[in-house]
Amino acid sequence: MRIAAAGLALLSLLPATALAAGDAAEPKKVDWTFNGPFGTFDHAAARRGLVVYLDVCAMCHALRYVAYRNLTEIGLTEDQAKAVAAGHDVTDGPDETGAMFKRPGGLADRFVPPFPNDNAARFANGGALPPDLSLMYKARAHGADYIYSLLTGFQDPPADVQMAAGMTYNPYFPGHQTAMPAPLLDGLVAYEDGTEATVDQMARDVTQFLAWAAEPNLPTRHRIGLSVMIYLILLAGLLYAVKRRVWAHLH
Amino acid sequence: MSGGHESNDDLHHELKLRGVLGWIEYRLPIFNWINNAVGTNYPTPKNLNYFWNFGALAGVALVIQILTGIVLASHYVPTVDGAFASVERIMRDVNYGWLFRYVHANGASLFFAIVYVHLFRNLYYGSYKYPRELLWWLGLIILLLMIITAFMGYVLPWGQMSYWGATVITNLFGAIPIIGDELVLWLWGGYSVGEALLRGFYSLHYLLAFVIAALAVVHIWALHVHRSNNPLGIDIKGPQDVLPFHPYFTVKDLFGGSIYLIILAALVFYMPNALGEADNYIPANPLQTPAHIVPEWYLLPFYAILRAIPDKLGGVIALAAALLVLFAVPWLDTSKVRSARFRPIYKQLFWVLVADVFVLGWIGASPAEGIYITIGQLASAYYFLHFLVLLPVVGKLESPRPLPDSIATAVLEANRARAGGRR
Ligand code: HEC
Ligand code: HEM
Repeated sequence: MRIAAAGLALLSLLPATALAAGDAAEPKKVDWTFNGPFGTFDHAAARRGLVVYLDVCAMCHALRYVAYRNLTEIGLTEDQAKAVAAGHDVTDGPDETGAMFKRPGGLADRFVPPFPNDNAARFANGGALPPDLSLMYKARAHGADYIYSLLTGFQDPPADVQMAAGMTYNPYFPGHQTAMPAPLLDGLVAYEDGTEATVDQMARDVTQFLAWAAEPNLPTRHRIGLSVMIYLILLAGLLYAVKRRVWAHLH
Repeated sequence: MSGGHESNDDLHHELKLRGVLGWIEYRLPIFNWINNAVGTNYPTPKNLNYFWNFGALAGVALVIQILTGIVLASHYVPTVDGAFASVERIMRDVNYGWLFRYVHANGASLFFAIVYVHLFRNLYYGSYKYPRELLWWLGLIILLLMIITAFMGYVLPWGQMSYWGATVITNLFGAIPIIGDELVLWLWGGYSVGEALLRGFYSLHYLLAFVIAALAVVHIWALHVHRSNNPLGIDIKGPQDVLPFHPYFTVKDLFGGSIYLIILAALVFYMPNALGEADNYIPANPLQTPAHIVPEWYLLPFYAILRAIPDKLGGVIALAAALLVLFAVPWLDTSKVRSARFRPIYKQLFWVLVADVFVLGWIGASPAEGIYITIGQLASAYYFLHFLVLLPVVGKLESPRPLPDSIATAVLEANRARAGGRR
């Protein structure tokens, strides 16, 4: 009974993974630095990704759940984070006259969205809503692999595919037609660290940034996890020994 | 069939306490109460295997849910506009909020895994039979409440699956004749799934966990009357059949508990979202139906039975019947022998049932189309066939293998065989 039960327990993990496929192409597999039990973020890549996000994606996509102060976690200095924040106007108020006013963003503010509301965002994007990217890494099956594949997957549609107006062909997107125009072009941003800004590089970097944005506690989680696992495994070993000891004289 | 507890006197290990403890004990005999419950004065069959860990583990899992839940509740905002964002605040800004939330979400999954093993353990060893029918019923009521509690909890983060799961499930009540439509409006507290429902679910989610805790106490009370069943399924005949719960089973449960914590930690720290649906990280959107609406894995078999019947009311009846039939199992099983070890045919059927439930789980996760529909219908039919036909018939037809005289003799024989190198 024991072995069979263990096998079945393993099987029970299957259904969750069997779902996602749909008609979209299987995303490319990338060996991300944050994969695996010891994985952590590549801060330099995440900082480059921030540049891509700010210069490109932020025209259309919000990042509501991330605050400017969080940027110090990927190695920006406080002044650099302040500078990023100050580049965006935040609506605040009401002041003593009762009027709302604009002020430059500060560290405590969350990323300022590009559009005041969903309707404005749709209006600017031909009716389609660019989703908030704060949780994108967790909100799609295959997470980072999917984002990377999507960003590098734009191509001319096959001859037999009839494209709807304003749509772009992308085999990784469910339905293969997306309202997002290919956002990246070689050399679109200028990286300060001299890295060449190819489409592939920018896609990797912004994916790294978005993974951090969605799961900023991942490095802490992995670090604590290691200590907890070591502790628990030692504890289990000890308890097993005690159990053997207590039961020994009965056999 | 009479229980072995008449021989209690031989087994007694009363605590004699002096000093402060004695002073307290004289006024409130709490130490003997504990000692009788999980101490040296609770005689336990000596041949229990590791499947008997799962009851204690379920208790630990419940405590973990309540403790982490209380922390989450102090930061959670049960409003349509605030719920999703408040969960994100827990994940990002509350100290170790991510830890509490991941333990709560994965803890719920493991809680079900544990309870399912516990339940199938009972089916295998016939633990639901005389005189433990009420104990079995209490367990089933706890399972029912767990299903409701977990479903309501899953609605709280107000993601896409939360919203659409709540919509699909509450709509089912509309299938009930006459009162259906009114009932759905009452559940919603309005004309759609919205804030009234969210607040109601939050309140009940909090409450039901404590109802479950109370029922768990009654469950254990009933357990202590006739004591644990055991892998042989025969009654305790005397002191030679038992061991005091402490230290033998306390240490065994502690060891089992540590393995459980390792699995929980592995999920929480290394794959915290593996058992969840990615869609629930998208805020609820009443205007956009997700491509697949699926419940959490632990409800998939029931979901498959629900969808196996093309008619909505029929599906709801089948779903309810799938749970209710379990209440009748002590009487549907006509065999006097408890343990499947001595029931060659039932033993096979047990594993077929387990496989059938896994097939149902797989179908529950698959789209309701093409061949999946047929497989789902066959697997659902088999589920009922097992309980309603095979279980009563096999009990009558099967000739069980001879039962050992007592637990003690069987244990001795097994030890001798092991010493003789036969195994
Ligand atoms: C010109 C506006 C625009 C820009 C710039 C843009 N996007 Fe998008 N994006 C959209 C729109 C519109 C959608 C919705 C697509 C749809 O639903 O068909 C979208 C969707 C997405 C999605 C979700 C796809 C899905 O599975 O639903 C991701 C991920 C994404 N964009 C990432 C990015 C990243 C990363 C960048 C920057 C490199 C970026 N986008 C730049 C407009 C834009
Ligand atoms: C029987 C025990 C319990 C079970 C099975 C259970 C199950 C769940 C589940 C499945 C979720 C959704 C997890 C997610 O994906 O986010 C959840 C959320 C939640 N639960 Fe519980 N729970 C239990 C007890 C409690 C208790 C006792 C409390 C409060 C004291 C509580 C408070 C909450 C809160 C506030 C949330 C929303 C936050 C979140 O989604 O993370 N739970 N619960």
